[in-house]
Amino acid sequence: MIKVEQKPLDEILGFLEPYKKIVLVGCNACAAVCHAGGEKEVGILAAAIRMARKKAGQTLDILECCSPRQCEPEFVEELKEKVDDAEAILSIACGVGVQTVAERFSDVPVYPGINTMFLGETERMGVWVERCQACGHCILHLTGGLCPIARCAKQLLNGPCGGSQNGRCEINRDVPCVWHEIYDRLVAIGQVQVLEQFVPAKKWGTESRHAGPRTLTREDLKR
Amino acid sequence: MTSFVPRIVAFCCDKSAYVAADRAGRLGSSLPASLEIIRVPCAGRVDVIHVLQAIEQGADGVLVFACHEDNCHSLTGNRVVQVRIDRVHRLMEEIGLERERLELRHVASTNGAKFAQIVERKFQELETLGPSPVR
Amino acid sequence: MKSGSKLESILTKGVFAVTAQLDLPKESDVSMIETRAEWLKENVDAIGVPDNQHAVVRICSMAGAAVLVRMGVEPIMHVVTRDRNRIAMQSDLLGATALGIKNVFCVTGDHQSLGNQVDSKNVYDLDSVQLIDCFRTMRDKGTFLGGTERIERELGLFIGGAANPFADPLALHVIGLAKKITAGVDFIQTQSVFDMDRFKEWMGMVRDRGLHENVYIMAGVTPLRSAEMARSMNERMPGMTIPETLIDRMAKAQKPDEEGIRICVDHIEELKEVPGLRGLHITAVGWEDRIGQIVEMAGLLPRPMAT
Repeated sequence: MIKVEQKPLDEILGFLEPYKKIVLVGCNACAAVCHAGGEKEVGILAAAIRMARKKAGQTLDILECCSPRQCEPEFVEELKEKVDDAEAILSIACGVGVQTVAERFSDVPVYPGINTMFLGETERMGVWVERCQACGHCILHLTGGLCPIARCAKQLLNGPCGGSQNGRCEINRDVPCVWHEIYDRLVAIGQVQVLEQFVPAKKWGTESRHAGPRTLTREDLKR
Repeated sequence: MTSFVPRIVAFCCDKSAYVAADRAGRLGSSLPASLEIIRVPCAGRVDVIHVLQAIEQGADGVLVFACHEDNCHSLTGNRVVQVRIDRVHRLMEEIGLERERLELRHVASTNGAKFAQIVERKFQELETLGPSPVR
Repeated sequence: MKSGSKLESILTKGVFAVTAQLDLPKESDVSMIETRAEWLKENVDAIGVPDNQHAVVRICSMAGAAVLVRMGVEPIMHVVTRDRNRIAMQSDLLGATALGIKNVFCVTGDHQSLGNQVDSKNVYDLDSVQLIDCFRTMRDKGTFLGGTERIERELGLFIGGAANPFADPLALHVIGLAKKITAGVDFIQTQSVFDMDRFKEWMGMVRDRGLHENVYIMAGVTPLRSAEMARSMNERMPGMTIPETLIDRMAKAQKPDEEGIRICVDHIEELKEVPGLRGLHITAVGWEDRIGQIVEMAGLLPRPMAT
C-alpha cells in the first residue's frame, strides 16, 4: 500500500502559526499501517503540537478525529461538523487524503502533515520498501514477479546495465540489482528464456502519468 | 519566593516497581508527596501517548519503571517500552523539552531502597531543572 | 556498407581496429579536444567522445564529435539514455549525421546520483537496447520510432554498444549482448580488460552462441599509471575490477608509468590472439599522448587509411 512518513514537527508548526483552532484528521488505512497518520498518531501529534505551542506562549485548540479512509468522499463528509468550527485542517493522511479533504472543504486551508513516499511492501516491522510505481502496464509476468520500473534505478526493461556488480546496483551497494534478482528468479522457475526476448520501448504516454493525470472508469460501476 | 516542588509521575509495573514502591513506603523511606504512582500490569502497557499526556497534564518529570532485562514477566514488555521511550525522547527534542524529564529505569520488586533512591534523585534533578515549560 | 565510416571499412576488411577515448572539457572551449585529437589521429582509426560521462556535465558529445569531423578525424559519438528522451535522441541523430558523424555508441549511462547534478530528474525513456533498435529503425526502415513517419533522406550509421565481460552473472550479460545484436548493434566495445582469464571465459561463451560472427567485438584496454589509480578505479567505477596481482605489480615497480604501459602492451598482444576479437578501444584519460607509444609497441602501426 501507500507508504508515508510524518513531516518534521517544525514544519507542521510553521503551517499552523496563524491559527487558534484547527481540525487534525488522520487516516486509519495506509497512514495508520505506517504508524504515521492513524488514530494513535493523531493523539500523539496533537499533544506534541499543543505542548510546543504552549512552550512558545501560545495555545492551539485541536479537534482530533480520524477517517477510516480519507480518500473516500463519504468518510470525509463526516468531518463537516468539526470543520465548520475550525480555521484550518491538518491532515495526516497520504496526499490523496489531503486532496480529498481539500476538495470537499474548498474554502478552508488544508495542510499536509505527511510526506507520501511510495507504493511499497513491509519488508519487516519499521522498514518499508518501494515495489510499484503504478505505471499502468504490469509486466511482472515477464520478470518473475519483480518490477524493474519500480526497483531498477534506470527503469530498464532489457537490463541489467554495466554497473550491476555482485548483485548490487551502481547507485548504492546497499541496493540490490533487481535485474540480477529477476535472472535468479527466472532460473528458479524455469523461465530464463524469457530474457532472450527484446522488450520494446515503453509507452510512457499511454501507460504512465507522463500523459498527464489519469482517470480510471468502470462503466459497469459508474453511477 | 515560592519554592518549586517538582511533580513526578511514575508508571510502575505490577510485578516490580509497584511492589518496590510499597516496600519503600513500609521501610519508612520517604517518597515525595508530589509523586503520583500509576500502576500498570506491565511496563509494556505504557505507550507514547500516556507519557505525553502525563507531561501535558502537568508532570515536571516522568519515570517509567520496568523489570530488569530478561526478567520481564511478559517476556518482552521491558524491551517494547524502551523503543517507545526513545520515540518520546525524540518528540521531546522537537518540542523543546529536556530529555532528563523522562527516564526509563529498572528495579526489582525486592528493592524498595533503590526505588526510593531513584525517585529522590529525579526529584533533586528536577528541582535544578525547574518546572516543565509546558506545565 | 551501413555508414561508409573508416571504422566500418577497417572492421569489414578484417583488419584489427584501434580506437581511443577522448574525454571532453567542462567548459565551452574546444582547444583541448583539438590538441589531443592531433596526438591521436595517426595512431587510431576513430576517437570515441563520451556523453556527460559519470553524469558529470561536460561539453556535449555532438559538439566534440563535430570538432573532430572539422579536423578530418573520425569520431564515435556516444549517446546516453539517461539525459534525453526519444524525441531528443532521434533529433540528435539527424543533427549528428548531418554534421558528418557516422559512428554512434549507444549506452544507458551512469546514474545521475554518481555525478555532479544529483538532484536532476533522470530520463531513461529508452534503455540502451531500445536505443540501438531505434537508431537501426531510422537507418534501415527509414522511419522514426513508431514506424509511421518516413525520414526523407537515407541515414548512414554504424551503431555501437557496450558489453561488460566482468559483471555477473556472466550468462545474463551474454544474453544481454545477444539482445543488442538482435536489436541491430554493429560493433561492441567492452569495459577495460585487466582480468584476462575472465575476459577469455566471456569470449568463449560469446563464441559458443556464435555472437562474434554477428557483431564486431572490440576489447577495452587502459594503461595503469600507478597502484593508487588502480585502487581508485576499482572503487569509483561501476563495472571495473582490477585484480590484486596487477595492483601489486604496479606498487612494486620502479617506474610505475612504464610498468603500466608494459602491462597494457602485454595485454594487447594477448588480446590480438583471442579468436573472434576484432579490435581494441584504448582509454587513457589525461595520458592520450602515450597512446601512440602503446599502439606502436603492440605492433599496430601504421594504421590503414591514416589521415
